[in-house]
Amino acid sequence: MAVIETKNLTYTYPGAAKPSISDVSIKVEKGEFVLITGPSGCGKTTLCRTFNGLIPQFYQGELSGEIEVTGLDAATHPTYEMAKSVGLVFQNPENQLFALSVEKDVAFGLENLGFDRQEMRKRVDWALNRTGIYDLRERSPHEMSGGQQQRVAIAAVLAMQPEIIVLDEPTSFLDPLSAEKIFEVIHDLNQKLGLTVVLVEHRLDLTAKYANHIIIMDQGKVRFDGETRKVLSNEETRLIGVGIPKSTLLYEMLNREGADLNGDTPLSSEELAKILLEAMR
Amino acid sequence: MTLEIEDLHFTYPSGVEALKGVSLTVKNGEFVAIMGQNGAGKTTLVKHFNGLLKPTSGRVTVDDVETTKTSVASLARSVGFVFQNPDHQLFSETVEEEISFALKNFGYDQNAIEERINWAVNLLGLSQYRKTSPFMLSGGERKRVALASVLAWDPQILILDEPTIGQDHQQKENLRQFIIQLQTQGKTIVIVTHDVEFVAECNPRVILMRGGKIVADGEGKEILTTPQLLEESSIVLPQIAQVFTQLASEGLPKNIIDIYEAKRLLLKVLKERQT
Repeated sequence: MAVIETKNLTYTYPGAAKPSISDVSIKVEKGEFVLITGPSGCGKTTLCRTFNGLIPQFYQGELSGEIEVTGLDAATHPTYEMAKSVGLVFQNPENQLFALSVEKDVAFGLENLGFDRQEMRKRVDWALNRTGIYDLRERSPHEMSGGQQQRVAIAAVLAMQPEIIVLDEPTSFLDPLSAEKIFEVIHDLNQKLGLTVVLVEHRLDLTAKYANHIIIMDQGKVRFDGETRKVLSNEETRLIGVGIPKSTLLYEMLNREGADLNGDTPLSSEELAKILLEAMR
Repeated sequence: MTLEIEDLHFTYPSGVEALKGVSLTVKNGEFVAIMGQNGAGKTTLVKHFNGLLKPTSGRVTVDDVETTKTSVASLARSVGFVFQNPDHQLFSETVEEEISFALKNFGYDQNAIEERINWAVNLLGLSQYRKTSPFMLSGGERKRVALASVLAWDPQILILDEPTIGQDHQQKENLRQFIIQLQTQGKTIVIVTHDVEFVAECNPRVILMRGGKIVADGEGKEILTTPQLLEESSIVLPQIAQVFTQLASEGLPKNIIDIYEAKRLLLKVLKERQT
């Protein structure tokens, strides 16, 4: 079942000379982990803003084509209603957090939707546990590290129990180990809860291994769309300037020079090491 | 032009002791990457290189001149600093005004300024934006404007704080090429970064900081392939190093970060084993 489906979606920001996304037709199935990538300015952030109706309802501009998210027309369905189905997490958690304590931040969306206290308590605790910050619930988000803040932002979205979570470069301000921990949290939500994840990210070295589906955009258009392993083993993706994981590249370089390695195209060092160990023994 | 740091201590007015005895020499023409987790003291350290911060105790000298005995303005001529967030640096109404600002302050004449602007915008692919407001540009482009405005006055030492954040694959590759070009001109380059893959590709001297101290200083090839050292600094091994760590049982060397070196080694071993 598709939870996001667009048909010939084209959008131009107010006053812009040309569309930021054009003729985008994609489908995201329930429970998928989708990676959207492509060079800066390729339209990936713009596309994500259509998923909960921010485009065109907040940004105005000109939208044509169709977009259906969890069975609703995202272009016209009120954004505060869409927020129950689609949660958005941005690059910089500081822009998203404002309350005096972590648990108040996480409860804010629920308060707005008028949940009763007991249900709110239950959902907030659940979201805090899921993201590993329950012990920090009374702290001020502004005294926390970037990695902890981003967990708060994710917990706040999660508390709404959306069907889809969309994350736009959620770790670009974090150190590599904190980034990896955030991706682990997201992967876990996807695997254990069946939450549909849409992740916008440049750094495929860190993320390709989690995604079963990848969409590569360039100049507002979808250039590749399919199973991650298949898409990344297609050499044409190199021409767009996407940062293919080093393990994937090394595997290809070896095979091109006659190494004759078995197995599927690796997406992580673990997968490549396994293939190499088999070949050496 | 040598950069010399001797037993540098620095305590912020809030009482936070950010540097606890750092000693370091950066020679003329060296390329150095300073790594470490948030709060390790990296940015505090490099802010001493151009006198933005003055030591609480210890000494920082640039070309034998102590930073406490000169002004930031005169140090700036030889030490250019490009901030992590370009918005902390940019303030002019157009890209060319931004680039010309420091040049005017340094007393260059109008012809020289024009020449320098041309050179810098061409070098960084900004020529179509000369009359554009920096604030109309994307984050990646604003970062390039900030870099152009510093390069324009041609400092001998260049400090780049987190230059790869928010840059896509192609832009990182451009930055790498650009650093190589500056190196061939004999410039000293210091980058502060978390980006292990970028450092692995550039292979500079690596200085690892933790808790206000230097905990390792040496070749990227050695430091970036020592898992325990990196883990304590919240840094993940570069992907090629991860592969070789997992192949350790096969008698392969562990200190590999370069993909071409990896390929040569593996082809040789695979060939031996397969015959």
